[in-house]
Formats: sequence, C-alpha cells, structure tokens
Amino acid sequence: MFKKLAITAVAALTFGAGAATAAGDSGHKMHDVDFSFEGPFGTFDQNQLQRGLKVYTEVCSACHGLKFVPIRTIGDDGGPHLPEEQVIEYAKNFSVVDKETDEDREAKPSDHFPGSALENAPDLSLMAKARAGFHGPYGTGLSQLFNGIGGPEYIVAILTSYTGEEKEEAGTTYYENTAFPGGWIAMAPPLYGEDVDFDDGHSNELHHESEDVAAFLMWAAEPKMMARKHAGFVGVLFLTVLSVLLYLTNKRIWSKVKGPKKKH
Amino acid sequence: MAGIPHDHYEPKSGPEKWLHSRLPIVGLLYGTIMIPTPKNLNWMWIWGIILTFCLALQIVTGIVLVMHYTPHVDLAFASVEHIMRDVNGGHFLRYLHGNGASLFFVAVYLHLFRGLYYGSYKAPREITWVIGMIIYLCMMGTAFMGYVLPWGQMSFWGATVITGLFGAIPFIGEPIQTWLLGGPAVDNATLNRFFSLHYLLPFVIAALVAVHIWAFHTTGNNNPTGVEVRRGSKEEVKKDTVPFWPYFVIKDLFALAVILTVFFAIVGFMPNYLGHPDNYIEANPLATPAHIVPEWYFLPFYAILRAFTADVWVVQLVSFVTGGIVDAKFFGVIAMFGAIAVMALAPWLDTSSVRSGRYRPMFKWWFALLAIDFAVLAWVGAMPTDGIYPYISLLGATYWFGYFLVLLPLLGVIEKPLPQPATIEDDFNSHYEKPAE
Ligand code: HEC
Repeated sequence: MFKKLAITAVAALTFGAGAATAAGDSGHKMHDVDFSFEGPFGTFDQNQLQRGLKVYTEVCSACHGLKFVPIRTIGDDGGPHLPEEQVIEYAKNFSVVDKETDEDREAKPSDHFPGSALENAPDLSLMAKARAGFHGPYGTGLSQLFNGIGGPEYIVAILTSYTGEEKEEAGTTYYENTAFPGGWIAMAPPLYGEDVDFDDGHSNELHHESEDVAAFLMWAAEPKMMARKHAGFVGVLFLTVLSVLLYLTNKRIWSKVKGPKKKH
Repeated sequence: MAGIPHDHYEPKSGPEKWLHSRLPIVGLLYGTIMIPTPKNLNWMWIWGIILTFCLALQIVTGIVLVMHYTPHVDLAFASVEHIMRDVNGGHFLRYLHGNGASLFFVAVYLHLFRGLYYGSYKAPREITWVIGMIIYLCMMGTAFMGYVLPWGQMSFWGATVITGLFGAIPFIGEPIQTWLLGGPAVDNATLNRFFSLHYLLPFVIAALVAVHIWAFHTTGNNNPTGVEVRRGSKEEVKKDTVPFWPYFVIKDLFALAVILTVFFAIVGFMPNYLGHPDNYIEANPLATPAHIVPEWYFLPFYAILRAFTADVWVVQLVSFVTGGIVDAKFFGVIAMFGAIAVMALAPWLDTSSVRSGRYRPMFKWWFALLAIDFAVLAWVGAMPTDGIYPYISLLGATYWFGYFLVLLPLLGVIEKPLPQPATIEDDFNSHYEKPAE
C-alpha cells in the first residue's frame, strides 16, 4: 500500500551497502522539509506543536484518532506544553467510553485521545514513524542522522499533493494525490489553506498548516525524542572520555611488553 | 584449567584456605582471568568481550522490558507504546534492546570471520567452534522470536513466512508448523510461546558461552600466526604470552568503549535506522505488507533460501531423483540450514596443515571473496525476486557452498604455504622493538 516509502530493508551498517527505497508507483519526489527537530541536536518547536495540535483538533480528528497518545502528554515539557488548566479544558473536546461504567463521558487528561471516528481512516499516533522513508546517498539512509526519518515529509506531501481530480469506485470517492502510492487516496483534501486561525498569528497557508500538523504528528509518534537525543549525547560524551582514558591506560600497560612498531 | 602451564591461585589466609578446601571458586576465577594469552593477538580478538557484553546488555534491558510488556495479541502493541511513552526511560531501554540485537550480530559475524581467516576452528579447537555455531543458531532463534513480540506488521508477517518454511518439509512439515505456532496460523498461542522462549534462550546461550570459554581455555587461544604457545615450561610460556588481566582486559575494554560510543550515537540519534517502518503498524492478519523482509542480520541466509527456485537445474535434478519429494521450497530450506551446517563442518573440511590465513597465499584471496560474497548476499537478500537479483543470489549461494565444500578441501592439497614463524615470540619480536626499560 505504501510501496513508495516502504524501504525494503536497510542492509547492515557495516556492509556499507544499503537497500534502495522502493520506487514509487507515481514517481513522486518527496521534498525535504527543514524541521526544527531533525539532526542530533534538533528540538521540537513548542509553538509549532501547539499550532499542529490545533490543526489536528479542528480538522483531522473529525476522522482520525490518536489512540496511543495520552491527552495529559500535551502538557509535557518538550511537547506542546499547554498549561495544566488548558489541558483539562482541552480534554473536554472529546468524549470517551468509561472503562468501569461503560458509559460515554467527557474525557479527562488521564484518558487517551479517541481512536479513529471514521472506520477507514487510520490511527495517526505512529503515522510519522510508520511512513518513514529513509532518503540518502545510495539509499543507505545515513542522511537521516541530519534530515530526519522522512515520515513528517511524507505527511506534508500527502496533504499538499492533491490535483483536484476525483473518481468514484464501488461507492467510494477517490481523490488524485501524487504523493500517495497508487495515486488515488480515499481521503478528501482535508486542508486548503486558511482552515484554522493560529493564536500566535502565524501564517495559515496550506504548506504552513501541513508542516505544523506533520511536526505535531512526529511528536505524537516519538514524544521522548528530545530526552532520547539528550541521553544519547551524554552517553557519547561519557564514552568518548572513557575511551581516551582506557586508550592511555592500555598504552601504559603494554609499554612494558611491547616496544614501538618496527619499520620494514 | 588444563592446558598451558601457569601459576595457580594459592590461598594464604585462614578464611581463604577454609573456602578453597570447600569450594575452589576463587581459584577458578583466578585461573580464568589470569590465563596466559598469546601476546600477539590483534584487534580482531576483541569481539569475544563485545559479545559477552551484548549478552549481558540484552538480558538486563530485556528483564526490565518484560516488567512492562503484555504478551497478548490485543495488548502487546499497546504495551510497547506504553513502554515508549509512560515508563521512565522505557523508550531508551527499548531502543538499546532493539539496536543491541544488531550490535550482537555485527560482533558475531566479525568474530566468526576472524575464526574463519585465522583457522581458529582447526584442531584442537573444533569443540569451541561447534559450540560457537550452536550459540549462533540460538541467537538467531532468540532474535527472530524477539522481533515478533512488538506485534507489528513485520513481526506478524515475518513470523508467518519463517514458520512457513517448516511447512515445506515433506510429510511432517505441516504438523511441525502447527506445533511451532500452537495452532493453524500465527496467533495468540504463537506470541505466548515465542515470548516464553525468547526469555529462556538467552540463559541457554549464557550457559553455552561458559562452555565455549571453558573449551578454548583448555586448548588456549589461537592467535594471528596460528602457531601454538610453547608449553615446555612456565618460562617458555611467559615468552609467548601475557596474562589476560590486565593486558587484554584493558585492551578489550578500550575497544568496547569505542564501539559503544558509536552504538550510543545510533541509539540516541537514529534508533530506527535498522528497523522497518512497517513495524510501527499494529499486526493485521488481513493486510499483507508489500515487502516482507527479515532483519538485516538474517539477510545473507534469506538470500540463500530464495536462491534455489524451481528453474535452477540442481533443484530440478534433485526433485526428479527424489520423485518430487524435495521441491524448490524444501530445497531452499535445506540450502539455508546447509549454509550454516557447512560452516560448522569447516574443521573437517579444511585439509590444510597451516592454521592461519596469513601464511596461505591462495586461501587468502578465496577468503576475501567469501567475505565479499557474504556482503553481497546480505544486500541481495533485501532485493525483490525479479530481474537480475535471483541470478546474483544463486551465484552468491553457489560460491558459499563452493568455498566450504570444494575450496577448503582442495586448497590444503594444492597450495604451497609460506614459511611460518617458529614461535609466537619470534613473530612478536619481528614486529616490535624491545620495550624501553
Ligand atoms: C474526512 C475524513 C478525513 C479527514 C478530515 C482527514 N483524513 Fe486523513 N485519511 C482519511 C481516510 C479515509 C484515509 C485513508 C485513505 C486511503 O487509505 O486511501 C486517510 C489517510 C491519511 C493518511 C495516511 C496515508 C497513507 O499513507 O496511508 C494520513 C497521513 C492522513 N490521512 C493525514 C491526515 C491529516 C494530517 C489530517 C488533518 C489535516 C487528515 N488526514 C484529515 C480521512 C480523513
């Protein structure tokens, strides 16, 4: 279904040979977006996440769900970071089935976002990771170290690549979309530009809205990205120092056994 | 331990003697850690420590992950997301564990090719080698079952394809497959037994590792010259070796720190690099992914599995001779397991009296080709099965078998080896100046 981006495999790092990204049916080229969270030191842009959350809430959530994402996490530092009262207020947008009483009630921050309202609309919790397409030289994907995994780029592409053509098949309307594998998607164009008004006065042109919601979905898929990079960085730093110390120790110990290398 | 003569632990104080006469555990540890080790070991001898570390890393991170994981088809995927989002440090633990498997296989392949080049498998180290092969098989089983646990699309479909291989065995295949899966298809019963075995096997591996070490501590380490340590007296031994502690422990720890630096960079900055995006989609028995590809570390053998299609003449011949019992699918399965079996048989297939590839002018080149072949097979294993790829797989698979079954026996007979150093000390002194006092 998503042959376009499905990387067939990533051959071993050590072999240097990479697998190629399977060629798309439509031959659509994805454009790299310079997201703030890419690269080893990239961080989420809190304002962008808040704008993306707004797009998600006002547009996407009509059909899609985020069932793995606890609502309270939109108050987390490193995420959209809404103040506590706003999170409680926000939760009331949704209704959920109470696990104990089996009755519908207003959602609380401790609940998860609801699942998809429309049956054939996929859950978006992990979409940014599930549609990762590793670009890079010879398809090795090594450039994801700096350019990110490509999932958010794919979401932007899906939202901005409608041609306006429609067709009916077996009672379903399909919309031509050059970014979607196969070229026809069952999702009506959700965004046209100027669909939501941003509280921070940021431009709401189509490509801005798309990038904002894509960034939000990346956060939804990998909320601990910043903590992870931080831990990785501390690990690398610590291990580098340790390596140097062990190198010197090793040299010292062996100096009693081994002289300098002979020149031949 | 038997083998190379060296100093033994002598209990001195009262409590030490008390313990030693009841349980000589300190002596055992002393003997293990102070074992005389050829002083000319190069950087390809570090992988043993890396592998031991990987096993410990996987067991420790795995035990914590299990505390938060739920082995049920309806809950497994969500419980992994719970680990990624709600468990303190859970995201990092999971990425360490997932990428740890890759590090484990990088190390095991380098370790294995080290053995193949320096003839570490040859007498008297055949048992060490064969146990190593069993460990490798256990690793593959563990990794395969571990990949099923998150219950993503690739978990489910990978399990379906691989267990389907057993179904290819004539007559008894289907009952075996059902027995493995605990039912007619991959389902909750499969997930549960894979979970159970995924937890069990690492401890089996740990036990096998102990035997592996026991075996080569009995024979002594091989070394880059392949020349044995002299064992006439402790003085002779001292000229060829240094004690494992501190010389090699520190050297290996240095190597480990460097490798872990790269490892942490991957875990921290691109933890999904070696994974499949599809595994972030929950398993769906009704939607087959466009490409079902195993993890990278299985690819060389996966390529061999797929190389023998029905239009290859060997397959047709075997199929004809066996009256169709061995069809292409079963042939592929035999080839895949056979590719590992021939490696295990290397000690008896290699006829050369010279151990190290360093002194084997012809072997060297064929060995290099084998290493390239392995990389090519890994690459082609990830490619589709049309166009030129099947031919490359077939060529690669043929060379793999040719190397072990034809070249190894033949080279020992036709090759004229180069002169070897008389002792390890000679070799060492020809490479390094005398240390300054
Ligand atoms: C009118 C309902 C509706 C709305 C609103 C909607 N979608 Fe969709 N979306 C769908 C349906 C239906 C599909 C499945 C399309 C298919 O598989 O052909 C889909 C699929 C997708 C996909 C997956 C494409 C793929 O590769 O499979 C993404 C990503 C997506 N939507 C993002 C969004 C975003 C972001 C928004 C909000 C800006 C949004 N959608 C709003 C109905 C909707």
